[in-house]
Amino acid sequence: MSQASVTAAGRLAGHGEAAHAHHHPTSLGIPNQKLATWLFIASESMFFASLITTYMVFRYRSVVGPHPDEVVNIPLTTVSTFILLMSSLTMALGVSAAHRGEMRAVGKYLALTILGGLGFLVIQFYEWWHLAHDFGLTWRTNIFGSVFYILTGFHKAHVIFGMLWLSVIAISSFRGTLRKEHAVNVDVAGLYWHFVDVVWIVIFTLVFLLTEAGV
Amino acid sequence: MEKAHQVQPTTRDYLKVGFWLFVLTVLEVAAIYIEALRPALAAVLVGLSVLKFLLVAMFFMHLKYDSRIYTGFFAFGMILAVLIGLAVTVIIL
Amino acid sequence: MATITVERSFWQALPKPKAESGFWSWVTTVDHKRIGILYFWTSIVFFLIGGVEALLMRLQLAGPNQTIIGPDLFNQLFTMHATTMIFLAIMPLTASFFNYFIPLLIGARDVAFPKLNAFSYWMFLLGGIFLNSSWFLGGPSDAGWFGYPNYSLKEYNPGLGVDFWIIGLLLTGIGTLVSGFNFIVTILNMRAPGMSLMRLPMFAWTTMVTSFLIVFSFPVITVALLLSLFDRLFGTLLFDIFAGSDLTVYHHLFWVFGHPEVYIIVLPAMGIVSEILPVFSRKPLFGYSVMVFSTMLIGFVGFGVWSHHLFTVGMGPVVNTVFALATMIIAVPTGIKMFNWIGTLYGGRIRFTAAMMYALGFLALFLIGGLTGVMLSAAPSNAQIHHTYFVVGHFHYVMIGGALFSLIAAIHYWGPKMFGRMLDERLGKIGFWTLFVGFNMTFFPMNILGVLGMPRRIYTYAAGMGFETWNAISTVGALIMGLSILITLYNLLTSLRRGEPAPADPWDGRTLEWTIPSPVPEYNFARIPHVSSRDELWVRKHPQLAHGAVAETAAAEEAPEEAIVMPGGSYMPLLVALGLFVGSYGLLYYMPVFWGGIAVSLLGLVGWALEGDNLRIVRPGGSH
Repeated sequence: MSQASVTAAGRLAGHGEAAHAHHHPTSLGIPNQKLATWLFIASESMFFASLITTYMVFRYRSVVGPHPDEVVNIPLTTVSTFILLMSSLTMALGVSAAHRGEMRAVGKYLALTILGGLGFLVIQFYEWWHLAHDFGLTWRTNIFGSVFYILTGFHKAHVIFGMLWLSVIAISSFRGTLRKEHAVNVDVAGLYWHFVDVVWIVIFTLVFLLTEAGV
Repeated sequence: MEKAHQVQPTTRDYLKVGFWLFVLTVLEVAAIYIEALRPALAAVLVGLSVLKFLLVAMFFMHLKYDSRIYTGFFAFGMILAVLIGLAVTVIIL
Repeated sequence: MATITVERSFWQALPKPKAESGFWSWVTTVDHKRIGILYFWTSIVFFLIGGVEALLMRLQLAGPNQTIIGPDLFNQLFTMHATTMIFLAIMPLTASFFNYFIPLLIGARDVAFPKLNAFSYWMFLLGGIFLNSSWFLGGPSDAGWFGYPNYSLKEYNPGLGVDFWIIGLLLTGIGTLVSGFNFIVTILNMRAPGMSLMRLPMFAWTTMVTSFLIVFSFPVITVALLLSLFDRLFGTLLFDIFAGSDLTVYHHLFWVFGHPEVYIIVLPAMGIVSEILPVFSRKPLFGYSVMVFSTMLIGFVGFGVWSHHLFTVGMGPVVNTVFALATMIIAVPTGIKMFNWIGTLYGGRIRFTAAMMYALGFLALFLIGGLTGVMLSAAPSNAQIHHTYFVVGHFHYVMIGGALFSLIAAIHYWGPKMFGRMLDERLGKIGFWTLFVGFNMTFFPMNILGVLGMPRRIYTYAAGMGFETWNAISTVGALIMGLSILITLYNLLTSLRRGEPAPADPWDGRTLEWTIPSPVPEYNFARIPHVSSRDELWVRKHPQLAHGAVAETAAAEEAPEEAIVMPGGSYMPLLVALGLFVGSYGLLYYMPVFWGGIAVSLLGLVGWALEGDNLRIVRPGGSH
């Protein structure tokens, strides 16, 4: 495609899927992808709020045990929470590197982030196994089991999807195909990852800490 | 309008935020085992996690530096979510 | 950027669609106008299916103790009729007009995310096919459009009908959500220079508020549906009352979605009417800014009234009072809108075109729908008429008298722009009067039947209870409505072939879509317009009305751009949608297919992200 047509492409005000939309004038002066990602996050807030509300209503309604206060494992969950928080830190550093144009460094930070996500998942799946094995709690045991596994399961699914998303970016970074104009793509992947982290902050408090505190 | 990219937090800023997230998590867990806090424990725990939430949202998610529209969308979604969640919980329980 | 990258990755080397006409050009299109036309015809097909389902029910109810269709089929029919009409006919028909006209109204060349837009359409089509395929795979759900547990649980509802219903709604819901994001970003970020928010045409405003309602309400029904799906497929105990469940959790989640859904359907209809009335009254919309804020207020308060659907479950007098008051408050912004429309008509030089007649029909019938709504919002009287035909009458005045009348108005008003041919006005008016008469004959008796105590969702009734006459009238009315729909369809189909070619501005319009040829060229605007007024075209036609600088901007747009770059087609949106579609059958029949479908969708997403732009150059002046 000729250079002339490329400048013409610039006039397609903010054609969103083009990686270069960042540089195009949009009515609000902000990139389409970020606007859409924030809307997506706002929408996801309603998704998790519905799940968490269901959890809060159902958690102590089981007619047979085990009940939440008998099974929560604070030390283990604290470690996994810490790992997820730190993966958000490396994610933020990755986005920062992308904005500075250090596209190779992005891959390294993202690899660390993915590793953090993996660590979180390993501990969380161990906890699931532990609950099923030592307490006999599955999602068919009682209503607490159902709602606990579904809530934490949807969160895990979000973590896994985030890891896949970040992997695609990390691979293009290592291959050298990630360019400075793709910074906004790293940015929105980061927003998603932080949101998943923020949701875990809420779940950690409501599902684990409050239960341990006897509330 | 492109004020978004004028001020950027440095690596040091991010590390500081990470440190405070760590500290707040430790405080949360510690608070559970402090008997004196028992009566107000729920409030303390919710307060601490709101702080963590805000740290991540403002710094890691750049809301402090970005267009106010993003904050508006997110805040609207969160407030709606919390209000409806609380209402449903209160109505049912 | 991708197109000038020298090294081509595996993904960029993937084949890209090049066809500009024929089957593959439609399957791979990302053009908002073509997607709008796909939405249009698909939703009309589903509308006809839903209409046949309605007529079958009316035949069954024409007289007492009839057994034309049995109780089982009747339950399936009312479930599928409602689901089809709401999710597969009316919402996508509004989406058709969002797609075709929002970029034109705001002066843009496409939506913000053209590929996502195509994906939305495929999710709608495939979700609709999935849902309706249950007719041939053991029968559809009979659990109502709300699908309340525990009746919807496996124990009480064996077979796959409810599973098809849940997954079908989840599939179309993904498409709807995605288009919600897309249109908010489009309207906020793709406006032509000078098109400030307070110059947006009302239809763009209602589209944006509707999209916000979608963004915040669809996740909630997604959770409700997923929870009952888990109970059905995996044996969880969420809605098992013997395990301690409280079924009202589902009721609340469903109606936190369900009530905003009403406004998702009605707000675009209000937007359409707000476009049509000024044009055919030759007056600007009365009270524009109040209309904007009323729209927002309706959207906002619409999230705080869901429990008025649950007055009879026993929430207690305090909760009932709060939600009754909140519901009544919605009548205020709606009433303001009604008076503004009347204010628009007042003193205008009214032209009774078919589009205008349908819009005026909307005013009258939606008013009845609104007033019966206020009657239902009073919790004490609600306890009396809840679950009777009064409710059926009420919401059909909103869904048909409100939404459908305005959508048919839009077909007559915008059809010439979409298809390049004028519709027959005489047939249009005949269609209007038959629909108006048939509709009122069908649904006004239902209000009376409800007060007489006839319960809804029962396949028949005994003789001698005073129900016979009203039901007979209602069935005759339904047949007249069916005739009217056939007339409109005939008008549409014949006009497409033999109608007069439509000029650019057949109605002496006021907004940007009438500045460009009918049908609209691929690039929409040869040069992006500069907007200086709320009624941009009107002011250009009557410069003396503009207080100052207008005329020169129009002159600057004379010369078209020599080369316009448009996004080319892509296989990926369809591939991702197909993966989810096939995977959904796998979830019900054979799990490996489910995982295969998910894998295909994920690979399709990667291809989507990395395949590059496939940009095309279009030259408005002449040859490509």
